[in-house]
Amino acid sequence: MERSSASLWRKIRPRYNLVGNECKNCNTGYFPPRVVCRNCGRKSKMAEKQFSGNGTVYSFTVIRTPPDTFKDEAPYTIGVIKLDEGPMVEGHVIDTGAKLRIGAKVKMAFRKMYVEDDEGLIHYHFKFEPL
Amino acid sequence: MRDVAIIGVGLTKFGERWSSGLKELMGEAGLAALEDANVTSHEVEMLYGGTMASGRFVGQEHTAALMADQLGFKNIPAVRIENACASGGSALRQGYIAVSSGIHDIVVVGGVEKMTDVTAGEAATALGGAGDQEWELFQGITFPGLYALMAKRHMHEYGTTEEQMASVAVKNHENAYKNEFAQFRKRISVSEVMGSKMISDPIKLLDCSPISDGAAVVVLAPLETARKYNDTPIKIVASAQASDTLRLAERDSLTAIKATSIAAQSAYKQAKVAAKDIDVVEVHDCFTIAEIMAMEDLGFYKKGKAGKAIEDGETALNSKLSVNTSGGLKGCGHPVGATGVKQAAEIVWQLRGEAKDRQVKGAEIGMTHNVGGSGATAVVHIYKRAD
Repeated sequence: MERSSASLWRKIRPRYNLVGNECKNCNTGYFPPRVVCRNCGRKSKMAEKQFSGNGTVYSFTVIRTPPDTFKDEAPYTIGVIKLDEGPMVEGHVIDTGAKLRIGAKVKMAFRKMYVEDDEGLIHYHFKFEPL
Repeated sequence: MRDVAIIGVGLTKFGERWSSGLKELMGEAGLAALEDANVTSHEVEMLYGGTMASGRFVGQEHTAALMADQLGFKNIPAVRIENACASGGSALRQGYIAVSSGIHDIVVVGGVEKMTDVTAGEAATALGGAGDQEWELFQGITFPGLYALMAKRHMHEYGTTEEQMASVAVKNHENAYKNEFAQFRKRISVSEVMGSKMISDPIKLLDCSPISDGAAVVVLAPLETARKYNDTPIKIVASAQASDTLRLAERDSLTAIKATSIAAQSAYKQAKVAAKDIDVVEVHDCFTIAEIMAMEDLGFYKKGKAGKAIEDGETALNSKLSVNTSGGLKGCGHPVGATGVKQAAEIVWQLRGEAKDRQVKGAEIGMTHNVGGSGATAVVHIYKRAD
């Protein structure tokens, strides 16, 4: 799919550095960051929060029929990771070996996501690797 | 608030309709519904059209005005409803509200999608927009992938098996075999499902609903005047809808679709019926695990119990509860914008006693359940014979 580069770059801090936020009103952490707290609505008091990148595999799958942008990457493992700070996030899990399992501990790793065909622009992203 | 009835329904055959574009599909289903309702084109006052991604599939937006135009509804107001795969069910609810409020009498609700003009990869990307584009699709997470994440967790928490999921596909193909509108009129076995290509573990090709072309149209009227058009109007006794986070991982649970249970509870209250009173239901089986979760979230089975019940045959045609008699999304096909409206058409046929070889004996109360994305929208309707 065609994307403007602005739509990619504006999410660089969470994508590269796991910067999310939290609501100071109810102390709920969010990754990826949200503008409005789900609990507090208009009373949200959002502040930036650095996540550690440590988490646990909550569920996972191996994607074997990818969208066109990932046709050179398949198969790849996607996990739902419960971050130690609370929120859950989907992400690639790398170097899984034969037996990844629910409950496995993982840590964020900074990796190449995919390369755009025409201009060779490389997209980087957080991924997770087993500890 | 007025009582609302469905007085006519029409479908196209679902499948790869190579010789039909959007206009032909709309026209075919629309004419069938007007004929069934005994309503003339100039009596129609308003149209709601459900379409998910016609811009991506065929480059055509503004599809509700196009449908009104193509069906000869000159100059009436027409509004497109886009709620991903729940576009059709959501359009039906808007039509219900318009008639119930007293603003309009005869309202047409249509749903259409023309999906087979693009490659499978392009279709997957278009459908991926039903999830969180920035945090799911951008990472290469497909819809089979999202439902696989739910399935894996459901298996982990409740011991649900791949064979149980396969039994959903087998049952729905069995029903589709008896439905002349269905895309797949072909019986399959559990071993064929288990042996089909792995798409996103544990979801295999035959656990997935297909890419389809098709349209569905229903005609609504106030119940008080419905018999003027049709001897067996079907009353909509509940219309409920709920939403949730677009991103799967942000939900309270991966093993339940909360929007479904919220909408269902509201629907049972409106209709003054309980789950045990339902005779026939069309649920949103975009993947086999989705039917298992739907049976639990709609209150037919306790959490974790539906997989075994389906495997034991409790939801086959004319057993304990007849589920997806049309063949469901899996067997009948899933032209996304049309699906929610097709579900209503199937229930109307069942409650009228016109479902031929797939007729549920003595069906009096029916339900439809339409989901958008991985569960960010759920729409539930309940129907009764009005006579």
